[in-house]
Amino acid sequence: MLRVPGSDCDLQAIRARGGNVRVVYSPLDALELAKNNPEKQVVFFAVGFETTAPANAMSVWEAHRRSISNFSLLVSHVTVPPAMEAILSAPESRVQGFLAAGHVCTVMGYTEYEPIATKWQVPIVVTGFEPVDLLEGILMCVTQLEEGRHEVENQYARVVTRSGTVPARTLVEQVFEVGDRKWRGIGTIPMSGLRLRPEFADYDAEIRFGLSDIVAEEPKECRAGDVLTGQIKPTACPMFGTVCTPSTPLGAPMVSGEGACAAYWQYGHGRLEGTSMTSGAQ
Amino acid sequence: MSTLTHTHEPAPSAGTTMANRASCAVPHPATTHVQLGHGSGGKMSAALVNEHILPRLGNSVLDRLADAAVLEPLASGTRLAVTTDGFVVNPLRFPGGSIGHLAVHGTLNDLAMMGARPLAITLGLIIEEGLAFEVLDAVLDDIAASATAAGIRVVAGDTKVVERGSADGLFITTTGLGAVSEHFAPRADAVRAGDVLIVSDPIARHGMAIMTAREDLGLGNAIESDTAHLGPLVERLREAVGEHVHAMRDPTRGGVASTVNELAQASKVGVELEERLLPIPADVRGACELLGLDPLFVANEGVLCLFVAPEAAVRALAALRTHPLGAHATIIGRAVAEHAGLVVLRTGIGGRRVVDMLPGEQLPRIC
Repeated sequence: MLRVPGSDCDLQAIRARGGNVRVVYSPLDALELAKNNPEKQVVFFAVGFETTAPANAMSVWEAHRRSISNFSLLVSHVTVPPAMEAILSAPESRVQGFLAAGHVCTVMGYTEYEPIATKWQVPIVVTGFEPVDLLEGILMCVTQLEEGRHEVENQYARVVTRSGTVPARTLVEQVFEVGDRKWRGIGTIPMSGLRLRPEFADYDAEIRFGLSDIVAEEPKECRAGDVLTGQIKPTACPMFGTVCTPSTPLGAPMVSGEGACAAYWQYGHGRLEGTSMTSGAQ
Repeated sequence: MSTLTHTHEPAPSAGTTMANRASCAVPHPATTHVQLGHGSGGKMSAALVNEHILPRLGNSVLDRLADAAVLEPLASGTRLAVTTDGFVVNPLRFPGGSIGHLAVHGTLNDLAMMGARPLAITLGLIIEEGLAFEVLDAVLDDIAASATAAGIRVVAGDTKVVERGSADGLFITTTGLGAVSEHFAPRADAVRAGDVLIVSDPIARHGMAIMTAREDLGLGNAIESDTAHLGPLVERLREAVGEHVHAMRDPTRGGVASTVNELAQASKVGVELEERLLPIPADVRGACELLGLDPLFVANEGVLCLFVAPEAAVRALAALRTHPLGAHATIIGRAVAEHAGLVVLRTGIGGRRVVDMLPGEQLPRIC
């Protein structure tokens, strides 16, 4: 988050100018900061897919239980299934199958994906993150396509169950509700985000600090949306590797190593063409 | 998983936030104010030196940006090496050492990388008001013990005390003076295609010792820093294969990846790293995975990283392994004529990816 470009700067720059921005490993650490600094307002930036939602829900639940009133969340949670539907329903969609993210499904299970596979006739394979997991997930997806099947299959069965982690899901449902969400580079996708339920409105930084009318501007030349929806490969963007690099990212996919643009850059596209891997060091 | 908080002063308003936004400059904020990333040892650190320091202070010695400066020979023929280093670690004491050990080892290692035998060090202390004398004395004891072990003395120093809040407990600066050995002059720009890349010990231990102590991860056994004086190890290497060592660095801040990138760029060669050959202890690997960090970018304080001519690689390994600090020395890659200036990692499953210098701070992953 520190390096994601905002309208005119990023959070690193805010920090360099005196803003008190801290990196924590858990939202509960942020809650401790609030408890230990009662004279300050601590706003935790709650981002991510369903994977990070339970811990963020827990922080609000705990803040409420322990009456820590100087803590709030700036919520920007998104959920996977509506995004898949948005991609598939675009007229220019070329997507034939999905690898569903294993950690999201660890929390949520994969029942939500079953109607999508049926309706759009696409194979969906719940896949882990190790290299061999990904290779097996791709193999399972391709096998389904070759056999004309379109089912939800679970490659990551050592971790993921069909119904997910019920206590985590329950907590998420108790604290958050589904709402429309604007996606960077894509626009608003109906019912694709999580927001705090009205009974937890006291912990909503958007309400507490009146932030709802702030609109972040994105660079017009950035084609992150087309990359995210599978319309183009990162290398097809004229900004890729020239104006936009991990040092000077224009869009979110270039910021973290997990973003599609950063991955293409890291794996040498545009930089290693024409060179071959020679034999090993030993 | 990572996220961040933004703490405001009391009673903030939307106006406060907007004011912050409006005060930001375009086009890129990192060019107008110093950020933490400028201290990461990566690209931003290089920009700090190249765009702000060298244009104002650069000269034929400083411009080499070596670990230590080697001065013109004295009348006696002796060539002196000099280096200076600041230490700002938090916590001051961590498993395997303290800021006191680092302050001596770090400076002595910079001398050793230039093939210089240490003569003496100086010590600058910036102390925060309120620091317990018990803590200060323990750090000074560590400095004394490290210096004695290396056979040198602290011969000059300075103390300053600043108001509470103006420093983080204790900042230390040490300057080291050394005498350069003849016939042993590794240079950052002397790596040749075909040279073999060796590290002297498992990597990423110092950085993860600090990170795990700071985050209080509750791991079973604490990861210990590798902080050590590398001079004796370098001496073994010099005796065995001195003239074949083309480049040598201790990969501190920014880790092995940053050091190898610097050498590849200075020497205009490509480097291939072999992921399966990287010596990463299991506990370090586990902590890196938990915190979302790449061990290639994590700091070391007692590891030697060297490019040696291929015909001398076996002898170099054997020489390193005669010393406890080099007992686990191993080959991790080699220099190639292709992709000059780029470091490429061959991954465990046979893919390859570019290992760039860090664009800024090494940030943990989101999930």
